Amino acid sequence: MSVLVVQGLSKSFGGVQAVGDVSFAVAPGEMLALIGPNGAGKSTCFNMVGGQMPPDAGSVVLDGKPITGLGPRAISRHGVGRTFQITATFGSMTVRENVQMALLSHRGKIWQFWRPVAGRYADEADALLAQVGLEAQADRATGVLAYGDLKRLELAIALGNAPRLLLMDEPTAGMAPAERVGLMQLTRKLATERGVAVLFTEHDMDVVFDVSDRILVLNRGTLIAEGDGASIRTNPAVREIYLGTGATSGGH
Amino acid sequence: MDSIIPQLLTGLAGASSLFLVASGLTIIFGVTRIVNFSHGSLMMLGAYIGWSILTRLPREPEWFVLGIIATVLATAVIGVLLEVVVLRRVYRAPELFQLLATFGVVLILQDVTLWIWGPVELPLSRPRWLRTAFDVAGSRLPMADLILIIVGPVVLGLLWLVMNRTRWGTLVRAATLDREMVAALGVDQRLLFTSVFALGAGLAGFGGALSLMSASANLHIDLAVITDAFVVVVVGGLGSLTGAFAASLLIGILQAFGIVLIPKSTLVLVFLVMAVVLVFRPNGLMGRPQADAREALVAAPVVRPAPRELRLLSLATLLLAIVAPFFVGDYYLTVLTDACVAVIFATSLHFMMGPGGMASFGHAAWFGIGAYAAGLLMQWIGAPMPIGLLAAPIAAGIVAALFGWFVVRLSGVYLSMLTLAFAQIVWAICFQWVELTGGDNGMLGLVRPEWARDERVFYWVALALTVAVALLLRRALYAPYGYALRAVRDSATRARAIGLNVGWLRMAAIVIAGAACGLSGALFSYGKGSIFPTYITISHSVEALLMVLLGGLQTIAGPIIGALVYTGLADILMRSTDLWRLVLGAVIVLLVVAFPEGIAGAARRLWLRGREA
Repeated sequence: MSVLVVQGLSKSFGGVQAVGDVSFAVAPGEMLALIGPNGAGKSTCFNMVGGQMPPDAGSVVLDGKPITGLGPRAISRHGVGRTFQITATFGSMTVRENVQMALLSHRGKIWQFWRPVAGRYADEADALLAQVGLEAQADRATGVLAYGDLKRLELAIALGNAPRLLLMDEPTAGMAPAERVGLMQLTRKLATERGVAVLFTEHDMDVVFDVSDRILVLNRGTLIAEGDGASIRTNPAVREIYLGTGATSGGH
Repeated sequence: MDSIIPQLLTGLAGASSLFLVASGLTIIFGVTRIVNFSHGSLMMLGAYIGWSILTRLPREPEWFVLGIIATVLATAVIGVLLEVVVLRRVYRAPELFQLLATFGVVLILQDVTLWIWGPVELPLSRPRWLRTAFDVAGSRLPMADLILIIVGPVVLGLLWLVMNRTRWGTLVRAATLDREMVAALGVDQRLLFTSVFALGAGLAGFGGALSLMSASANLHIDLAVITDAFVVVVVGGLGSLTGAFAASLLIGILQAFGIVLIPKSTLVLVFLVMAVVLVFRPNGLMGRPQADAREALVAAPVVRPAPRELRLLSLATLLLAIVAPFFVGDYYLTVLTDACVAVIFATSLHFMMGPGGMASFGHAAWFGIGAYAAGLLMQWIGAPMPIGLLAAPIAAGIVAALFGWFVVRLSGVYLSMLTLAFAQIVWAICFQWVELTGGDNGMLGLVRPEWARDERVFYWVALALTVAVALLLRRALYAPYGYALRAVRDSATRARAIGLNVGWLRMAAIVIAGAACGLSGALFSYGKGSIFPTYITISHSVEALLMVLLGGLQTIAGPIIGALVYTGLADILMRSTDLWRLVLGAVIVLLVVAFPEGIAGAARRLWLRGREA
């Protein structure tokens, strides 16, 4: 059974249709890439699934439960982890504390006024940090981390609420090419191990073809192709968008 | 309904004078992003300078106009001085420190004005031509009102022309939208900022000089005007000239009719309008969301438990505080009690402002509510001190919860302004509802029980409560709730994404801060034996801000240090010099320029130098 089922998702901004009638599904452990040129509607799609933006029409179903139009907090509670294009972490905390917050929130331990945070779920947080390769940085201030490490931290935070679905918006934006593949292979490994469905948008085609199980191609708000790497590579419609006009180089 | 026309005309005149001040404030904010507390002081200076010039000139209309022009130029020059000497040095400082610096300027200008012109109100004896009145639809329209009604729209028109038809105006509009981009295009920012300040100050001076037509120059203009101007600017939308004009009309007319309909509650009415506007339009009538500054924000430093040395120092201080009554005289004992109150006052504000990220400009409201709750309970049912001390935080907490509902959805300057507005409502109620609160005469005879009559015992009670509150708040900040609150401040996006309830977390911070502050208000009242509306003035709210910012936002010890330093400083100053406002203001300005992260923050930075990666 699919973790996420999206049907007929649509959104317009002032008469301009940003996303029209998009449907897809993601299975447990599957990595689904959402690609397309700038302005194709990837981020809009993403924000509707993640709760940052309510859709005009269509439905989003997670594990059989409708989550259409819910806010980001409720969607998180339903088991969706999220990383952002521009990293969002808690700058006044250490790396470990960032993950501890996700764990405390997941277990409903936020409204406590007495027992200090220090040490709570610290082992669990360290285990998550170890999985993303940040264990050595656990005590450092988040503000001093390198950008690539921040992206890893976001991944560890997102895993903190034991998600069924990971939403990753441009997970490798701003990273060096070598790091990109590393992060996504790490994600790939975690997805397989934990059976987490991953939906991600990505500009780097090397990354996309390297790690994704399936690829969705959006153009002007509609789904124009869907399939594995090989079929997408040879899909004439996709080639048309990325190569045909010569305006974009396809993967940069 | 024959009172409509005259009230409407009065309202229009009032709207014009509001606009003159608010337009300058909004232009300055738009470009420099500084909320200029001293803008009211510039208007006050305009009134005084105008008085000095106009009383020396012949009384014909043409000389009057000339005198006004001279006043405008003089205040513009003062504005330039202010910008070059003070504000230019704090553009890079955090928003709140800029505000603090401008409040320092308010204090300095208060004493300077007092020193030059003396404490007596200075009325302008109006020439004959100014005393004429016109007949409009059967009612009298005084010349002064007519002039104002004409001046407002004319100034709006001129400003519009300057903004839309000159290169300078284009730069100002561009800088209002995106000042980093303007800088990147090679525009001389210094010149732009200075000239904008000159224009704003000139407009304030103009408003001040014109106010002489119907009122006298006095020392209360500054804070009275700045509150009104803040309301207008916020309702209109920060940085929007037409918004400021629309809001001036709205507020001016509302005030004029409010006086007729519900004479006592004009203030309440005005601030209710502001609250309603902000709830439905969080950026004001014509404001747009503030673009985030692109300059990399300095991430707040990691909050870590205090080092052992600081704990030992705190313990030593506490021991000293406990045995102090055996060594100090009665006078210093009251100063120490005041210091205890100040510590609760400041730590409670810090709770919502530091970790909560919500800067309140009306923290004195909770102080006052706590005080009056204790006072009223004593009056009504003769409640003794322990009951009063218990009821105060409960009452303040309940009101804070109601108020929090409006506030949690706002952020930044708008949030600060709404808290300021709310405090003014509370003040107005306490001041104007004489039957309940005794109004200006205050509420007297708040007696302590037999066992706490002795000043030393009462001091120990205050100290115990202070330590308890400080420790409880500290505890909460290190607990999951405090971390979650900080998480919301650091990144609301991330907080929501991990399932935190941003609204409720902030709401709880407001209630906790309000309740703790209410306790300090009641404690203070039992110490003094009386309660006055002055507990809720803007100055008192700003004192709390000063303490917190002096100590530093980023450390938990900060507000305590700030409260102690401030209390000591104010005490020494008030006893040693008549010009204590001037000295205090200068100290504030210097501190902001020298230590933008507060005393505790600076100490922490020096301490950590070389110790943290």
